[in-house]
Amino acid sequence: MAELTYREAVSRAIAQEMERDPTVYFIGEDIAAAGGVFKTTEGLLDRFGPDRVRDTPISEQAIIGAAMGAAMNGLRPIAELMFSDFFAVCWDIVANQIAKTRYMTDGQVALPLVIRTANGGGVRFGAQHSQSVESWMMAIPGLKVVVPSTPVDMIGLFAAAVRDPDPVIVVEPKVLYSSKGDVPDGEIVDELGTARVLRSGGDVTICALGAMVSKALSAAELLDGDGVSAEVIDVRSLVPLDVNTILDSVGRTSRLVTVEENPRLCGWGAEVSSIVAEEGFFALDGPIVRVTTPHIPLPSADVLEDAAIPSVDRIVEGVRRAVG
Amino acid sequence: MTKTATRSDLDVRLDIYRKMQEGRLFEKRAHDLFLEGLVKGTSHLGQGQEAVAAGFAAALEPKDMVFCTYRGHVHTLLRGAPMGALMAELMGRANGICGGKGGSMHLTDVEHGAMGSYAIVGAHMPIAAGAAWAAMARGTGQVAVCFFGDGTTNIGAFHEALNLAVVWKLPVVYVCENNLYMEYTPIGDVTAVEHPAADRASAYGLEPILIDGNDPDEVHVTARRAVDRARAGEGPSLVEAVTYRHGGHSRADPAKYRPDDEVAEWLGRDPIPMYRERLMGEGVEAGVLDGIDAEVVAAIDRATDEAKAGSLPDAASLDTQLWADGGSAWRS
Repeated sequence: MAELTYREAVSRAIAQEMERDPTVYFIGEDIAAAGGVFKTTEGLLDRFGPDRVRDTPISEQAIIGAAMGAAMNGLRPIAELMFSDFFAVCWDIVANQIAKTRYMTDGQVALPLVIRTANGGGVRFGAQHSQSVESWMMAIPGLKVVVPSTPVDMIGLFAAAVRDPDPVIVVEPKVLYSSKGDVPDGEIVDELGTARVLRSGGDVTICALGAMVSKALSAAELLDGDGVSAEVIDVRSLVPLDVNTILDSVGRTSRLVTVEENPRLCGWGAEVSSIVAEEGFFALDGPIVRVTTPHIPLPSADVLEDAAIPSVDRIVEGVRRAVG
Repeated sequence: MTKTATRSDLDVRLDIYRKMQEGRLFEKRAHDLFLEGLVKGTSHLGQGQEAVAAGFAAALEPKDMVFCTYRGHVHTLLRGAPMGALMAELMGRANGICGGKGGSMHLTDVEHGAMGSYAIVGAHMPIAAGAAWAAMARGTGQVAVCFFGDGTTNIGAFHEALNLAVVWKLPVVYVCENNLYMEYTPIGDVTAVEHPAADRASAYGLEPILIDGNDPDEVHVTARRAVDRARAGEGPSLVEAVTYRHGGHSRADPAKYRPDDEVAEWLGRDPIPMYRERLMGEGVEAGVLDGIDAEVVAAIDRATDEAKAGSLPDAASLDTQLWADGGSAWRS
């Protein structure tokens, strides 16, 4: 067991998979010699060499397109998109090519590739380097999406993503890179499509994702002092979505709050709310409440960004509305 | 500038003739089936451009990989994809090469190295680079050949892919089929340079290669040189082959924007009768060429029968093959 930062967990995760499988290659901007702009990939170039750890030009279509072509021809590539906002630059390759090709060819083309990306706010970078875009990918048939919230989950879910035969996007909340957590020794492999109940409670289910998970846990502690027993679920995987864990929990608590860093409209919580309304309606004893960033681009100034992203206080307030 | 055409041996040239006829007559049949209401949707025919496809196809090994565009019937066919399954795909049948899920713009036959027909302009340029990168990394000796239209030269992915291919010295050959029109607009009206691909080559440290895309011998010699170079680890090439499509951009386009004399001039330079004349001028008996023509027609007749005999896709196939497990579940 060792305590690792999230950023150390990223490099350990990549190293674990590259060590295990010689067909795993890693490309991206500044990921090799520079060790990544977030220092998440330090040491990989020295360990695995310049053939397998490759710097690219600032050419997001080329990076993601090359990953797709390589996956078609026997590699299991990992591509880094430095900021998830840059998905907009290569969205054709992601949404039209990678997502659709297996289906369009009736299964002739397999695309075992991983795109990992730094996502979300909390670091004062302003609107074009801070969005939470996980709901973009979730909306496209053919893409799997996971959002690890801890160092150990980063390693385990990333390993599962690399080993998965389909394209998987690993969304890393950049505000968590300096966060720490205990990580067991040895190989760590988790499972896509699995949510995790982090805290049991009987009065309300709080579903959170990524950087919102620790805030949801803090809110649950505060609510406990007020006599509200909150269950906290780390959703972890948007596609596949672990619907059963959420429905089971709501079946016990009869209340649901989602905590989303994304802007309001069409966030992942809207889908979760829709599922619970459709399939768990008779278990509900009150309105579903969504706590989200307002429907705005993220501002840069610290006080404005903090006011935009869901805070512990706003989660507490949302839960109070849900429990009436 | 490459303008020298040396002669290939006779067998190769007869194979190129056959390939051009396969492409031409396959697409003619597809058009006839459309008029019968059996081929649905749209299609983008390559009639007039077959010399580019055939000249390159004859230069490739089975392990090589071809990436093409929505105008990809001929390229896919000439990789050796089964003709009946291609025709069935155009007809939306269960025995189509993609089970009816792909259609005209997405013909793919991975088993034969036809790695896909890509219908968003430019996307397959970096994808072909990636396949070539994997070939290099794995030491397979494969070459990727990526065909694209003149319109692609003005989209970002073209430039990103060429730069990456040169920097990484990838075994990929990029082939611009310059048919003078992107869709309806002349490429010259919207492009900063006269030769949309060749004039950009120097920006990536590549030799400008501008060839007559209606001369299959010239195409084939160029193809062999570029493919050999790629296979030898000497890096990518960018070829611009000037050609002309006999019809419009797609089914919906009667191509009235093209001057009559221009169309007449290019119809007079149809690569198939010109090649037939050249071969006969060099002593090939008309009967040999007629025999090839008859074999091609018979093969297309058989393929048409096979396609027509196919059943319609079962609705149960609708939610299959999104994922590698064969299904499409989004919840666990």
